[in-house]
Amino acid sequence: MAVCVAVIAKENYPLYIRSVPTQNELKFHYTVHTSLDVVEEKVSAVGKALPDQRELYLGLLYPTEDYKVYGYVTNSKVKFVIVVDSSNTSLRDNEIRSMFRKLHSSFTDVMCNPFYNPGDTIQSKSFDSIVSAMMVQSS
Amino acid sequence: MESHEEKPIIYTMENKPIVTCAGDQNLFTGLYGLLSQQLPREPMEWRRSYGRAPKMIHLEANFVQFKEELLPKEGNKALLTFPFLHIYWTDCCDTETYKASVKEDMQRWQGALRLHGSTDWLVVVVESDGKKKNKTNILPRTSILDKIRNDFCNKQSDRCVALLDPLKDSSRSQESWNSFLTKLRTLLLMSFTKNLGRFEDDMRTLREKRTEPGWSFCDYFMVQEELAFVFEMLQQYEDALVQYDELDALFTQYVLNFGAGDGANWLGSFCQPVRAWSGLLLRRPIDMEKREVIQRGEASLLDLRSYLFSRQCTLLIFLQRPWEVTQRALDLLHTCVQELRLLEVSVLQGALDCWVFLSCLEVLHRIEGCCDRSQLEANFSHTVGLWTYATEKLKSLGYMCGLVSENGPSSEELNRTVDLLAGLGTEKPETVNSLQSPYKKLKEALSSVEAFEKHYLELSHAALEMYRAIGRLRSGRLVGKSLAEFYMRKGDPQMAQTFLQDALKSYTAEGWSLPITHTRKQIAECQKQLQKTEDYLQTSALLASDANLSDEERKHFCQEILTFASQASEGKALLLHRPELDKDMTAFAQLRELQFHPSAATVHIGAALQLELRLCSLMPVPVHLEQLVCTVHYSEIRPAPAGSQRRPALSPDGTVTFPATSPSRGAAPGPAAPALELQEIQDRSPSDNALNSTGVVCKNVHLLMRINDNPASLDPPSAAASAITVEDGAEMLKANDVTLLPGNNSIVFSAPAGSYTLRQLCATVGQVQFVLPHIYPIVQYDVYSQDPQLTVEPLTESLLAGLPQRVKFTILTGNYTVKKGDALQLSNSDSMPILHSSACSACILTNQVGEASVSIQSSEKVTSISLPQTPPYHTLEFQLEVLCHIPSAPARAESERLTNGEVRHRPKNRTRYNSGMASIDQKVSVDCPWSIYSTLISLTFYTPFKAQHSLLSAGKRKYIQVCLRNVSDTNFRLANQTLADHQCTPSLQLLSLNAKTHQLVYSKQCVYSLWEVKWATEPPSCLQCVFTASFSPADAPDTALKPYRYEFQIERVTTLYSVKAEIQPAVGEQHCHAGALCRLEVSITRVMDPSEAEREDEEYTESEGLRTTKLMYEVVDNSSNWAVCGKSSGLVSMPVAAMATHKVQMEVMPLFAGKLPFPSIKVSKYLAHSAPPTTQPEADSCLENDNLSLLDKGLEDQGDTASLRSRGSVHSLGSGEQQQRGPPMPRLESFSPGQVFNCSMARQVLVLPSTDDHVLEVNVT
Repeated sequence: MAVCVAVIAKENYPLYIRSVPTQNELKFHYTVHTSLDVVEEKVSAVGKALPDQRELYLGLLYPTEDYKVYGYVTNSKVKFVIVVDSSNTSLRDNEIRSMFRKLHSSFTDVMCNPFYNPGDTIQSKSFDSIVSAMMVQSS
Repeated sequence: MESHEEKPIIYTMENKPIVTCAGDQNLFTGLYGLLSQQLPREPMEWRRSYGRAPKMIHLEANFVQFKEELLPKEGNKALLTFPFLHIYWTDCCDTETYKASVKEDMQRWQGALRLHGSTDWLVVVVESDGKKKNKTNILPRTSILDKIRNDFCNKQSDRCVALLDPLKDSSRSQESWNSFLTKLRTLLLMSFTKNLGRFEDDMRTLREKRTEPGWSFCDYFMVQEELAFVFEMLQQYEDALVQYDELDALFTQYVLNFGAGDGANWLGSFCQPVRAWSGLLLRRPIDMEKREVIQRGEASLLDLRSYLFSRQCTLLIFLQRPWEVTQRALDLLHTCVQELRLLEVSVLQGALDCWVFLSCLEVLHRIEGCCDRSQLEANFSHTVGLWTYATEKLKSLGYMCGLVSENGPSSEELNRTVDLLAGLGTEKPETVNSLQSPYKKLKEALSSVEAFEKHYLELSHAALEMYRAIGRLRSGRLVGKSLAEFYMRKGDPQMAQTFLQDALKSYTAEGWSLPITHTRKQIAECQKQLQKTEDYLQTSALLASDANLSDEERKHFCQEILTFASQASEGKALLLHRPELDKDMTAFAQLRELQFHPSAATVHIGAALQLELRLCSLMPVPVHLEQLVCTVHYSEIRPAPAGSQRRPALSPDGTVTFPATSPSRGAAPGPAAPALELQEIQDRSPSDNALNSTGVVCKNVHLLMRINDNPASLDPPSAAASAITVEDGAEMLKANDVTLLPGNNSIVFSAPAGSYTLRQLCATVGQVQFVLPHIYPIVQYDVYSQDPQLTVEPLTESLLAGLPQRVKFTILTGNYTVKKGDALQLSNSDSMPILHSSACSACILTNQVGEASVSIQSSEKVTSISLPQTPPYHTLEFQLEVLCHIPSAPARAESERLTNGEVRHRPKNRTRYNSGMASIDQKVSVDCPWSIYSTLISLTFYTPFKAQHSLLSAGKRKYIQVCLRNVSDTNFRLANQTLADHQCTPSLQLLSLNAKTHQLVYSKQCVYSLWEVKWATEPPSCLQCVFTASFSPADAPDTALKPYRYEFQIERVTTLYSVKAEIQPAVGEQHCHAGALCRLEVSITRVMDPSEAEREDEEYTESEGLRTTKLMYEVVDNSSNWAVCGKSSGLVSMPVAAMATHKVQMEVMPLFAGKLPFPSIKVSKYLAHSAPPTTQPEADSCLENDNLSLLDKGLEDQGDTASLRSRGSVHSLGSGEQQQRGPPMPRLESFSPGQVFNCSMARQVLVLPSTDDHVLEVNVT
């Protein structure tokens, strides 16, 4: 279902970005990078709310003709971006949410790894497989 | 109507709920105005079915004359034309008329209504007082009303109301008017509820049938839209919107299902090829054209969507939610594109782009039409998406139609343009007059290259501006990049470059490698076109090393560099270095590691310090470097301590690892600022190495400060890259003709002498230089040269004079190679010969110890020590035995004055021994083979002994005592003490009174030796004696005995006077008693005839033919045993003749009982004032004068020496002895110890306690 999954560090550089191999990887990089604009906008808007009421899921960041870009931001300001094909309309908001939750928990595992240096690109195999699962399900 | 006036921009429907009026038309016409005005004035609560929240609603109505045609026919679902209420108006007030005509009319009316099943009616009876007055009260007022009620409203009595004088302005008529209106409203609402409810039920039933084969979406659409219309009519826009949203969702679902294979027949009509793409039309409340097409079931998907959206848009604008329109518009456009794709509808290429473009602009126009500027600006975030979308579409249209290329469109492209324009149809009449209509814009944009450019740029810049305004910089960059692509297509790389650079900056700042690579590739293209060779080279280098690119691409860019490099070197072979061709090396190759051999990075000048650079070449192909240069900076003086903190980056094996930086990654992920580079400094005083100050110094302040200066700068690497400077004139390490293979390379440099800091690395490829401007962390190495050094130091703690002592020679060869035949030439000195030792071998020390022999040849003047061959930076050690002769001159105590230059006393601060130890500094000058200058070596020897002599007398007999004190720490054996007369006077005999020949002298102890001096003829006035002894360390064999000499001179040996004291008890007493006066008789006897020397020396006074000399005696009792009564001192004149005696008597009183020692009697020469003044300035005389003045007190009462007394006053007057040139002073001169023999020395006298002592004082101590 997902065509691209990205984890972006607090400082807005990619910690992990993977897209379906069939499509132009570069385009997704641009898309994800651009989506950070909206993430920032949403985060700053959400930031005004009480911190415990903060919703991590940011919802649809922006649609394009071909893709829908969803965002999620952890409390440590690490951003998750999932790009979904627009034609894949069977995908409900809840499914996106659960994808983000899975992603978050896997990311937490990565961070818990004492050999992982926070801020490095993620090379964890288990994280990779979680992402693969998200991308495979579509086809 | 009111809403029209207030909000003229809202395009509302003209429709209002229809209410029919029957009966007396004239009556109604009279009331119409008032009614339609009053009806909406007050809201009514509308309770809704299905649990929908009740609403307050202002009712309006369209009153029309009742016609039977108005009543809906069976099956007609139209709600808009549905009459919700039927009113029958009458002002009949007499039964006759009623019965005659009105009733019949009403029955007919009722019949018609009943026929159509309509139960929503009302009969209004208008009563006026005027009428009543005219017609007399035939019937009670209410009778007509009652009658009507009876006749028609069998159960619904409320459906007949009376209206009292509605045109009159009385409270009564007002009241009745109000109640009528309330009734009217209530009934209207009731009708709504009932009819809409029924309608909704029907609609639902219809919807449930949607799975049935014949079901048509368009039909259903019309039905539900009817409902929406009614809601809209009732100004319930929210509800109306819900209807459309439901339709929208339903349709979307169908399309999706269709896509999933579950097709519905009716969808077939929507799958027809798209023939018109005229875009949304939002300027009409209802696009009747489209609606009719839908009604006919001929609508295309775009038609349906457009219509649906236009309705939604209208409603949203009514609801004051314009920003939702933009949101939905974007969704709609995306959805449509998707749906057409899903349904596989054939669309002319570019048609959708046109449609989207037109639609975007239409929506934007619509929104702009209903918002003011400030609102728009505040909501750029909602509109910018549409702007961008429109821009993208226009761009793709432009590309498609050949409007972007430099050559203009081809014929095929022109044909396409024509086709696209055809699909636009004709411009809608609403916008014909508008110059800026989307339709005109598109047409114009597609008409020519220039127009396209104008419109495209306009749109792009608008989007850019908006992104900038709302802070969506990344999106802005993307638009910028798209613009750049456009400019590149147009052949304007200059413009493109600025956008690309901006984009690159932001990607680099955030470390997005793929976009960086892509953008950089585009930049490379720009730079190539712009002939910006330098920048192109840099970019090429970056790209050639970019792992994101394929090998072919990387090779291409690498080749670009190499080609340029070779071209340049061929073309301008002797061209001077062009600084603009210096490129940042990080892209080309990276310095990964640096290793020193040996690892300490410190070697002496002869050894090889190798510097191994591990360069990781990022180029895809091997690159031949003509030269690889490492610039080094000479560090003048380094804080010398060889602490390990000096090179923090250096690991124990001499490796410095450099942090890997990725050129494409940029600085953002890593630490952008260099780390603080701190170094400890210690300032030590040069003399004693004491710490003066210590501190921490930041060595890279300049870097840190620069970064702090512009914290906003996102892109330090590019800023640095533009300012690469090669340090000129610096010393450098060079390696020529190096080929860098892809991956790790190792290059070895050997380092020149000096302390250097590595600064830059520079690789030369043809004319291109790649420079690593800073090597960080700072790496330093030392290649030092060291001069050979000779040190000579005692083997033991201190060197003792007189004994052979071992001295260690240490030669640090430094950079000097000791060759065969090299020798040290030591100048011989008599006082310190160098002893030949049979086994003299040298140690050569490096890491292991080597042995070699040292041969020593001595000639008269020099001792030559030939050294073994020694390589540089070795230590040569050997030992020599030296002997320092103890100087025969009397060893001087330190208080003595220096006279001789050869023998020096050590400065006080250097003496570690007690002051009793005399030292001898011995200088040896050494000629070293490596230097033309002699080295002066100073050795300090300590005399182990300190000798003292004293002359002892016993009457005329004389003894000489020599005390030899061992001041060293060693025990010595002493032998053969002899004393000899220097002058060898034959008559003189020195008789040893010493028993042993061998004696041990322990450290810090003394040995006394005694000799009696005997003379045959005349006693010597002066004795020159030499004390000699042999000594050796106590544990050494006898042969090791070394001589010790002590020379001294004794003058005035002869006893001149003998002083004898006698104490006699008082007369008649047997013994002395404490407290009783005794008699003290002092007899001074001249023992000798004056000698020759004495005759000249002494001062004699001739008196009475006799030569006399004046002596002064003093009785001194230091222990307060005696009280001298009367004169304690006085002058006597002694005849200068043997055995001349002078007796003085005085009275003394013992103060204590016991054996009391005699008071001492001191005899001094008295020199009268006539004495020659030459002796006066003697320092000693002052002291003696002082003694004298002390005695003055005793002399005062006597007054026999006036000159003495006056001296006191002179003394008080005089400010100093040396000024005193007036009357010469008399003075005292003491005799030498041997000249006066005190016979009663140490004699004691028994003193008995006084007889009348009452108090016995007992001192217990």
